Amino acid sequence: MRKQVVDNSMRHNQKARFQKKTLLFLDYFVMILLAFFFLFPFWVMAVGSLKPEKLIFDDLKSVIWAFIPRDVNLENYAYIFNRIPFLTYFKNTIVIVLTTIVSGLFVNSMIAYALARLRWKGKKFIIGAILALTIVPLETIVVPLLMVSNKLPWFNGATSWLDSLHVQIIPFICDAFSIYLFYQSFIQIPKDYDEAAIMDGANPFVIFSRVIIPLARSTFVAVAIIQLIFLWSAYLWPLMVTRTEAFRPLTLGVTYLYNMDIRWGPILAYATLSNLPSVLLFIVFQKGFLRSIASGSVKG
Amino acid sequence: MKKQGYSQDNFFGWLMSSPALLLLTIFVIIPLVMGLGWSFTNKRLISPLPTEYIGLKNYDSILAIKLIPIDPILDENGKPQIDEKGNIQYFRVRDVIRANPKYQDFRLYTEFNAFGNHFGIIAKDPDFYRALINTTLYVLMIVPAIGIISLLLALLVNQRIWGVSIFRVLYFIPSITSISVTSVVWMFLYNPDQGLINQLLQKISFGAFGFSPWLQSADTALLAIILYTIWQASGLFMVIFLGGLQDIPEDTYEAAKIDGANPFQTLLYVVIPQLRNTIIYVVITSSILGFRLFTQVDVMTKGGPEGSTLTLMMHTVNEGFRNQKIGYASAISIVFFIFILILTFTQRKIFKSENVLE
Repeated sequence: MRKQVVDNSMRHNQKARFQKKTLLFLDYFVMILLAFFFLFPFWVMAVGSLKPEKLIFDDLKSVIWAFIPRDVNLENYAYIFNRIPFLTYFKNTIVIVLTTIVSGLFVNSMIAYALARLRWKGKKFIIGAILALTIVPLETIVVPLLMVSNKLPWFNGATSWLDSLHVQIIPFICDAFSIYLFYQSFIQIPKDYDEAAIMDGANPFVIFSRVIIPLARSTFVAVAIIQLIFLWSAYLWPLMVTRTEAFRPLTLGVTYLYNMDIRWGPILAYATLSNLPSVLLFIVFQKGFLRSIASGSVKG
Repeated sequence: MKKQGYSQDNFFGWLMSSPALLLLTIFVIIPLVMGLGWSFTNKRLISPLPTEYIGLKNYDSILAIKLIPIDPILDENGKPQIDEKGNIQYFRVRDVIRANPKYQDFRLYTEFNAFGNHFGIIAKDPDFYRALINTTLYVLMIVPAIGIISLLLALLVNQRIWGVSIFRVLYFIPSITSISVTSVVWMFLYNPDQGLINQLLQKISFGAFGFSPWLQSADTALLAIILYTIWQASGLFMVIFLGGLQDIPEDTYEAAKIDGANPFQTLLYVVIPQLRNTIIYVVITSSILGFRLFTQVDVMTKGGPEGSTLTLMMHTVNEGFRNQKIGYASAISIVFFIFILILTFTQRKIFKSENVLE
């Protein structure tokens, strides 16, 4: 009798363990299937970019061969470096994204500091205004913004900002949403920190750079990453303000290449090269990326 | 002493805010105000004629829409003419519009049969309504699809099992690449004759799936763009859901387990109510992103075939930038902005009522 009970419970345990194993197996199966769904375009893109044009489509017919590199050569890559200004596009994107992010961090955090930690007349109104501006998407002002940019002077004597790099940078440095994220983070820092510094006779600039910035470093990283994701994809605005290849970013170059002649080899090589930096950057800093996205979103 | 500190704050407050305020004024507030002003004018990008104030005419041109009954063509006996297939012959809507001065400036949007009569819907800007319908359809499909898929993804990679963080990273990769570049890659995959997606579907269904034209047919183009967007954006919303899931205290799950809830019940009655704020955030954000839909459409279909993927944003850019009708495009932007405002205020309102409950 007793033996049977033990036996039963053992059998039950075994059954539970078996169920757990099946479930785990199923988990991994589904996760791998999904990984295939999210990654196969990149794999096919990279493999295709290394094949001669004729082979790209021949291999698609057998499906399996679309995933396996063969006849590997770099002709498609040579094509995009020699026939189109790929390096110019690449340099433009890097300059635009980096300059906008770095100056944005500076400008947006500074006003957020003033709003969160200084007592001055008019700040209530400005906080309200900035909160209201967070809901204005670029798309709703893009047409008048184009007209404004067309009428602005520049140091070299030009009377329009169109077709330049700075027209893709300066309008996006200040960002209401970034200010809001900084503000949220700065008001949470205890007041004692700056009071001690005030006692030492430090002015707000010193407190900001010596006390606040080091304490809120993770917010700076979060804002930079969120901005990076949006700026890296910028398409509509560059499409409207650039006229010549000298100022186009990567995002526009690909459609230029597509419209020039529809040979898929070079297009896939172009796509591979322009996806590479952001994917690598993400894989290296993935922890920071994922945390920043999560923290930068749900705040009411 | 204290008063001195206060006036010092006044100085530094304005000083430290000034770069941001200057930029916001030039690049957001001035365009916003100018756009609102121009929406009441006939301003064009380049025009020999001076800009004139035209009141609400732009808004009327955007929104004016009419349902008109279309009469059948009568034969000499006063009976409706019938063609070989037995269908009643109706007047052409275009002729009805031309014959009636009341319908001047109107164009055909669509025609249909109902209650034994024939009707035409005519609008001053049928493309606006085409864009509005497409965009709404897109939002209505993409929001639940992305919401459910990204929540399931988040639940899957929120488990404490070996290697799960690698999958988190993999699923997020499409979200950090630029939309225009991956759109071109998907055009390659969608290729109607030799594209990989058609080939794959055919192989795994043993030929049951025929070759779909995807982007090149008015029936499937919007669907193809939705599928691409799910691929592109699910990872982003997965991470947002993950943030929400990790805020749920561990003992909530324990309690549910002790109460004998199965995993599905736990999800429905414990997890989802706790994720309320995150869900609202995801719904609102994905609908705003949906309304702003432009890049993938501009790259993949340019609004075609037959206007089946024309979006509000694309219509605005076509009118303002490509057709140079600044005043008209500004008015579309304002209408568009009102949609976004309504969405955002709904979000804030729901959040507020939630706070009151607490």
